Amino acid sequence: MITLAHIRITPSETWLNGKVVSNSNINGIYREFIGDYPKFFKMDSLCKLGFIAAELILKGQTPELKENASIILFNRNGSLITDRNYQMTIADDHFFPSPALFVYTLANIVTGEIAIRHKIYGESSFYVLPHQDDEMINDVVNKAYLTSNPSFILTGWVDYDDDDNYVADIKLVTK
Amino acid sequence: MEGVMITKIADNIISPLGCTSEENFKAVLSGETELKKHEGTFGLPEPFCASLFNRDDINKQLDYELRSVGNLTFFEKLCVLSAKRAIEECNLSPRETNVIFILSTTKGNVEFLEHNLSDQRCYLAESAIKIAKYFGNNNSPLVVSNACISGVCAQITAIRELLSGKYRYAVVIGGDVLSKFIVSGFQSFKALSPEQCKPYDKDRIGLNLGEAVGTMIFKAGKPSNEGYWRYVACSIHNDANHISGPSRTGEGSFRVLSDILKNIGIDEIGFVNVHGTSTAYNDEMESIALHRANLDNVPINGLKGYYGHTLGAAGIIETILSMKAIENGVILPTKGFGTIGTSYNVNISNQVRKTDKSAFVKILSGFGGSNAGISYQKGGKA
Repeated sequence: MITLAHIRITPSETWLNGKVVSNSNINGIYREFIGDYPKFFKMDSLCKLGFIAAELILKGQTPELKENASIILFNRNGSLITDRNYQMTIADDHFFPSPALFVYTLANIVTGEIAIRHKIYGESSFYVLPHQDDEMINDVVNKAYLTSNPSFILTGWVDYDDDDNYVADIKLVTK
Repeated sequence: MEGVMITKIADNIISPLGCTSEENFKAVLSGETELKKHEGTFGLPEPFCASLFNRDDINKQLDYELRSVGNLTFFEKLCVLSAKRAIEECNLSPRETNVIFILSTTKGNVEFLEHNLSDQRCYLAESAIKIAKYFGNNNSPLVVSNACISGVCAQITAIRELLSGKYRYAVVIGGDVLSKFIVSGFQSFKALSPEQCKPYDKDRIGLNLGEAVGTMIFKAGKPSNEGYWRYVACSIHNDANHISGPSRTGEGSFRVLSDILKNIGIDEIGFVNVHGTSTAYNDEMESIALHRANLDNVPINGLKGYYGHTLGAAGIIETILSMKAIENGVILPTKGFGTIGTSYNVNISNQVRKTDKSAFVKILSGFGGSNAGISYQKGGKA
């Protein structure tokens, strides 16, 4: 596999292709680099993180290439950050289940948010692993080529523990 | 390596309708369902219609059949029992290094958040590790969490692992158990039907949820038995349209069907087993995708009228039942269907139909705009 681009976002630093491009948090990065997608503010934290990572790393990719791209993401927490928030809306003494939160209680929604923004019609897949294991991630992504033929694959780790602990470590790769 | 033949060598379904694939097939063929109204269950203020395990009965069975389960949860025990039965059927040695375990689930043990928001059992990978360890398998298991399409995606993941040559056997387990968390969420979405669902019907008003687990075991290499099931083609596509509503043009599902039809002729397909959740939008979207793929005349069927939507299990159990149907020369009826209620007049029926075809296609769609499909063909002599 050839790596076309790489982004790493943590609460303190955002690296794009080996250079620090921002020291802002997720909302700050949105304001600095994006700003034209109000739906961003409806997303949960995991989706916001994946969304801004995709936004920065996909800059310059043509619509034609994006249409046939795949998105294959991995993490440890799944959608637990929003699962916990949703759980708090269904307590016995305070039962007001929120559909706006419930839809984000699936980790693969982040792949859908990225696909919608960039009109990516290829594969979208989400896997949960015990910890960030780059060898395993590369292995799974390489094997995607055995049954599909994407123009490129947006792949990597996107995990949201809490507001002080999150990481997106995402690459664009091609065969 | 792409020429390697992948076959299914064993399977199991545990559901409210039975604890083997055969029991489930017979129950479906005779029109049984455990979809019924539940009041007060899971402490929910509103009643709902679902297919639930009888907790007392199934727990007795789990305790009787599983030994040294240690700290396994209800969900994990069900997965273990299903996998154990499939493993015994094909005499697989699950601890061998050439075996990988793949788990398909949407919410795993999410019910434990109710008492502890940081309960470690809610990490999906922990469940997969415990299940693989029960069988003495030390390879890193994979958890596919792709919403409603997880069951087919887990099969696709297994097929890729076997095509690559890294593993020889893959044990694919799919399951979900219902809880206050899941049912309240679907209720808040206004997606549930208060009565038994009516897939593709003009009066359909929503889906039912259901509980089940299923296991399929795959092998790479030439089959040793006659009458094997061979993997033919698979595909996953996103709608790039909406996170909780299906595409109005059926785009992702159409692309999935188009990919699969490049590898198998329409005249070889006995039926397409659809997702058919019985929501207004899903069934309409699927009918559009089927029409665009020139499949209006090919028989289709949906099994949600027997089980409800079993989430992470759906893709697995519906694939197994489709295999059983072809083996018996039948197309299973779409229970709950009466009068066509989609824009395109797809070939669907609530009666048992005959087929002499050897292949079928299974499709699913779900939240996140995701769509997946897979096709299998029954082989002749080995």
